[in-house]
Amino acid sequence: MTNTQVPNSQAPAVRPRPGTPPAVAVRRSVRDRGTRLLAALFLAPTVVGIVVFTVVPIIVSVVLSLFHWNVIDPPRFAGGANYRTTFTDSTVLVSFRNTLLFMVLAVALQLLIALSLALALNGRMPVWLRSLFRSAFFFPLVLSAASISVVMKYLFNQDFGVVNWLIGLVGVAPVPWLTSEHAAMATVVLVYVWQQFGFSFLLFVGGLNNIPKEIHEAAALDGATGLRKHLGITLPLLSPTLLVASVVGIINALQVFEQPYVLTDGGPGDATRTVVMVIYERAFEQLDFGEASAVGVLLFALIMAVTAVQFRLSRRFVHYQ
Amino acid sequence: MSQATPPLKATPTLSRARHSLAPWARIAALTVCALLTLGPVIWTVATSLRTPAQSFDLPPQIIPTHPTTSAYRGVFQQIDVWLLALNSTLVTALVAVGQMITAGLAGYAFARMEFRFKKPLFGLVLATMMVPLQVTIVPVFLVLKSMGLTDTLLGLIIPAFPTAFGTFLMRQYFLGMPKDLGEAAMLDGAGPWRIFRSVYAPLATPGLAIVGVLAFNYHWNEFFRPLILETSSQNYTLPLGLVSLQGNLGTGSISVVLAGVVLSMLPALAVFVVGQRPLREGITSAGVNR
Repeated sequence: MTNTQVPNSQAPAVRPRPGTPPAVAVRRSVRDRGTRLLAALFLAPTVVGIVVFTVVPIIVSVVLSLFHWNVIDPPRFAGGANYRTTFTDSTVLVSFRNTLLFMVLAVALQLLIALSLALALNGRMPVWLRSLFRSAFFFPLVLSAASISVVMKYLFNQDFGVVNWLIGLVGVAPVPWLTSEHAAMATVVLVYVWQQFGFSFLLFVGGLNNIPKEIHEAAALDGATGLRKHLGITLPLLSPTLLVASVVGIINALQVFEQPYVLTDGGPGDATRTVVMVIYERAFEQLDFGEASAVGVLLFALIMAVTAVQFRLSRRFVHYQ
Repeated sequence: MSQATPPLKATPTLSRARHSLAPWARIAALTVCALLTLGPVIWTVATSLRTPAQSFDLPPQIIPTHPTTSAYRGVFQQIDVWLLALNSTLVTALVAVGQMITAGLAGYAFARMEFRFKKPLFGLVLATMMVPLQVTIVPVFLVLKSMGLTDTLLGLIIPAFPTAFGTFLMRQYFLGMPKDLGEAAMLDGAGPWRIFRSVYAPLATPGLAIVGVLAFNYHWNEFFRPLILETSSQNYTLPLGLVSLQGNLGTGSISVVLAGVVLSMLPALAVFVVGQRPLREGITSAGVNR
């Protein structure tokens, strides 16, 4: 911002012409200061908010994870003890296993359903029908995960639930959806996917719209049909969208809370206890803020690691036009 | 890339390819999927209109033979729906408006203003999109506690004002606007604030609507933070109140619970109808802020 001129520098375009009264430069610098002040005012709410409610809390989380603290007694330095507890606490270990299993099942199912529906919707049909379908698939996203889980708890009830009645119509014996270890995890996945697939679906619909029609027409002229057309042309062209959908899907799935909390409360046993449920229980039920923070830091590390792996893998599979 | 000249006999292949897609089978499959998707919602509405005694009937009647609103009266007797709705409305509306203001201002600064540390600051904002809420919740709880804001609605509202995704979205929005407009206004003597206020901000209304509708949808349905922050029931929001209605399963009436769910769905439904387009656009532009 200084106006000192190095003698042999390349002349900047805005250098004041010789003979220009200095007043112009003064006025500009006043205006610059005004703009900078305004920029600071514009940014302050967002930046201060993010620092106070995200950046500082991350640092505090890491520090807290090194202390024993139950809010009542003063914090005691613990070193790596909270992390050691975490790695020997079977509930925590199971919660990480559950969360990873949940993530794999939920994301795979969600992407598969969303992609199939988006492809099916991409074919010929009346415009009103297309928008009707699109609205239907996207509708569950606007509902609250907590209250829809309350509804699902009744639908999946073993004795009087509609789901068991429906499968009974075709002669399948009632399934203990929420009360047996294996079925409970599957039910949580189904309920989660039911509500969430619309998100990836919308991403895919947008991605498919961005693929120029000519490419498909050219492929059809070369004799590509049906599945081959999808595998050979649509999928590679859709791969950037697929990457976004899977990254967002994985980050969201690793944070699952409402569905298992309402549907099963982590049970039976620990079968559906997820990492976030453990953070909640350790911190706000057992007041063990140190271990809760350690679990939180580990979850954060897991999310970063999974996302990094994904971006690395994507270099091989994602094609940009 | 597709410069290959088609062979002469290709035209019949093209028409066969089009016709082999079996549009009716595809539409039938989509219809089944749409019914599966909407089924639970339809069942919820239908059951909420039945008497508590009929609420477990199988097969479930989709059109109730004797529709009654007794379940809805039950909800109002058991929880203070008006208070919960008022709390939810206050939190959601203030957060939505707040996010529109903060994201609008910050997005404009990042898109159109020059200042030191612009790049690293923007990088910082973007990076926080990756941070899960649950990782920071313990320190955020402590910060709010030190401010005396735990168990208050304000404790839900203030931390939700800054939005990394909204800021990103608004920056993109402002970047898409022509620079000449501002330059023309500057030549007419408008200062930076005038240029923002009278030229760019009005043009940004559709983008701000996306931020507002996304915020509404997220915070109306939010469960995790209210569960942690709000301990006394007069500060509950609707999702918390509904989950507390669940005790009804023991008393044998699920229609009351479902009536509560329907009541809480109504504003979400209104936003879905009115704000479907902004919501869709917000999500399609790679909505990470979930």
